[in-house]
Amino acid sequence: MFSLLQEAATTAVEHSEEVAEHGAEAAGQAVDAAAHGAEAASGAGMPQLDFSTFPNQIFWLVVTMLVLYWVLSRVALPRIAAVLSDRQGAITGDLMAAEEFKQKAKDAEAAYDAALAEARSEAQKIVAANRAEIQKQLDAAIADADAEIAARTVESEKRIGEIRASALADSQSVARDVTAELVRVFGGNADQGQIDGAVDSRLKGVQQ
Amino acid sequence: MATEAEGTGLEFHPMNQFIVKPLFGDGPVQWYTPTNVTLWMGIILLCVVGLFVFGTRGRAIVPNRVQSIAELGYGMVHKMVEDVTGKDGLKYFPYIMCLFLFIAFANMLGLLPKAFTVTSHIAVTGVLALAVFISVTVIGFVKNGTHFLGLFWVTSAPLALRPILAIIEVISYFVRPVSHSIRLAGNLMAGHAVIKVFAGFAAIALVSPLSIAAVVAMYGLEVLVAFIQAYVFTILTCVYLKDALHPGH
Repeated sequence: MFSLLQEAATTAVEHSEEVAEHGAEAAGQAVDAAAHGAEAASGAGMPQLDFSTFPNQIFWLVVTMLVLYWVLSRVALPRIAAVLSDRQGAITGDLMAAEEFKQKAKDAEAAYDAALAEARSEAQKIVAANRAEIQKQLDAAIADADAEIAARTVESEKRIGEIRASALADSQSVARDVTAELVRVFGGNADQGQIDGAVDSRLKGVQQ
Repeated sequence: MATEAEGTGLEFHPMNQFIVKPLFGDGPVQWYTPTNVTLWMGIILLCVVGLFVFGTRGRAIVPNRVQSIAELGYGMVHKMVEDVTGKDGLKYFPYIMCLFLFIAFANMLGLLPKAFTVTSHIAVTGVLALAVFISVTVIGFVKNGTHFLGLFWVTSAPLALRPILAIIEVISYFVRPVSHSIRLAGNLMAGHAVIKVFAGFAAIALVSPLSIAAVVAMYGLEVLVAFIQAYVFTILTCVYLKDALHPGH
């Protein structure tokens, strides 16, 4: 790009020499340039080197730059800076709020966990209490049942003993009667007391 | 430069697009005459105001498209100034922003067909560069006093070399406005002239497709150049400002 400029500049210089050499051609060039509305006398074809337009360009440049500087420094840049700092502030605020909410959520979670643990221990306590209660009732019921069983056992044994005793007595009287009858049948006349004694002595051996 | 090839009907006037002419009538160009320079600088001004004043009038926390672009430009230049010159350079941010916007809009608007590119004129870029050069030098002396001359005295070099380096540094310092302005004007002028030359060839039916393709390609390149040159001008201004604020290597 730069070399092109140099080339252009060189061409312009050569051209101006040419202009000096050939007056007629130079006049033609001047007419041509004038037709395009430029005072190409000193520029010699390169408008950038036409010094007669410099004051104009510099004047308008200075005006433009002053206006531009005024607009930017008074209006545009402070506004954008304010917007950017607002945004930064909003972002920071939001992040802080988010952090706060996060902390709150953590607290809530901790509270929830604590409540849960408490409820669990409470439940366990209640379960244990109930279990103890039930155990107690169960124990009492078992004791009652045992006592009932013991009482019934005793009663039953008593009745069994009675039955056994009555059975013994029955068998004794039956044995005595049978023995007395047998003695009588065989023609013996035995004393009732003798028979009873013999039967009893025999029965003792059996009962043993 | 108005090379005419009468025989083939080809006409090349690649430099005519740069001619400064009065808007009204054909009189001489006085310093106050409204010219096409005035017109296009006015258009630049309107565009900047449209983008940066009307575009941001909503002052929205969530920006619309135009405001986003304005903020993007603001952010880019602001970051550039801060990165290159440091915090104390931000005082001069409005001026640098002003330069960037003026040059960027001038370059981009100059790419419109029939447009006049004010930054293709050495008079314009020269004044901009000189303004930067003078203000930077003044800032350097006001902020640092004679210590500013330390910019030319390379203390990290061997003592014997320092005077030679000082001469080179002084020359390079004074060449700054020249390179600063010619880089911009030269790039713009050359690019536009080349497009015009290619466009001139379109008169020949045989080469016109090639010529048009070349114009399109050059145009794309020129869009890039238009932005890059505005960026380069701005970042160099920042670099010069940094030298003024923090002399010494």
